Amino acid sequence: MAIKDLPTEEYILKGHAGCPGCPVTIALRIALKALGRKTILVIPASCSAVIQSLHPKTSFNVPTLNIAFEASAAAASGIASALKMLGKEDIIPVVWAGDGGSYDIGLQALSGALERGTNFIYVCYNNQMYSNTGIQRSGATPYGAWTTTTWSGKKEMEKNLAEIVMAHHIPYIATATIAYPEDLYKKMKKAREMKGPRYIEILCPCPPGWRFDMSKTVEMSRLAVQTGAWILYEIINGKIEFTADSKRLLEGKERKPLEEWLKMQGRFRHLKEEDIQKIKESIDKKWEFFKQMNLRQKL
Amino acid sequence: MIEKTAISIPTEGAMGKTGTWRVFKPILNKEKCVRCWRCWVFCPDLAISRGDYPVIDYEYCKGCGICANECPTNAIKMEREEK
Repeated sequence: MAIKDLPTEEYILKGHAGCPGCPVTIALRIALKALGRKTILVIPASCSAVIQSLHPKTSFNVPTLNIAFEASAAAASGIASALKMLGKEDIIPVVWAGDGGSYDIGLQALSGALERGTNFIYVCYNNQMYSNTGIQRSGATPYGAWTTTTWSGKKEMEKNLAEIVMAHHIPYIATATIAYPEDLYKKMKKAREMKGPRYIEILCPCPPGWRFDMSKTVEMSRLAVQTGAWILYEIINGKIEFTADSKRLLEGKERKPLEEWLKMQGRFRHLKEEDIQKIKESIDKKWEFFKQMNLRQKL
Repeated sequence: MIEKTAISIPTEGAMGKTGTWRVFKPILNKEKCVRCWRCWVFCPDLAISRGDYPVIDYEYCKGCGICANECPTNAIKMEREEK
């Protein structure tokens, strides 16, 4: 599939309130192309709630429910039950939450909904911080990154929500990023056609939060994959499959030096050599985990 | 019912004409364009639509420059807005 084959239907309207160069709008645009009109979006407090624009107007052309920060997956469960009672199971509730609303605040509702086997899609767009409220640290902020609450760089490693979701043994888990629109579209489409809980995480490099120029959003996302800092994969019923450039890296293509990605971001400006080394080690560890997983299923 | 609940109506330009946010303006050179549609797919503001060649909607383009940065043939140049 090439870019020109993506559908031209749009479910976001022009003139929304997103920042110039916002990755979330790109991700949501492509995701909605795959999900189609029969979608109900559930949006907790996040940047997306801002992109919707101000009442009484909205920029989203699909039904959207705004809900409290921690309640997004619970609300989607309710919608899924209501749709089942009405016999309208062709409509799907889709949670579109940020990393703050998934990694930290919405985690218990997400875990509960996954455990109950709710028929919904949970999308976590991960910009590795609370961008909407003013760039505070979240559970997804990587080691060493500057935020307004970690002035000298974060001292802890980030957690990996996809691995936590893996422990729920749900039918579909995938990671994606905006620089690979065909890959994102295919994963969304695949998730749309399945039943049960499905989880997709999209890396969204945020220009004001990561401190880089707004024209470099897509480049930053591509570099994250090519340097190995972000891994693209999908797990269908427990079987892992690497996709796009991550597949090429797995097959032996050399990773781009991590410094290339770090040096472009103002949030990593203060890093010392040993910090970079520590980040590299954590990335190697992450790769090792997924490689082992890949090898185990081949046995 | 609608009057009593907070329901928003889908409207184009819900935040007004966002083209006024722009500092740099993308200019397309059709001779260089190979119609790969990368500018169209990556535009966060839906300001590029698909005609024979990409059509830029200056009413809503916020001038982020992703299109110029992603163009494989450098067919899009960013020029400063004149006021």
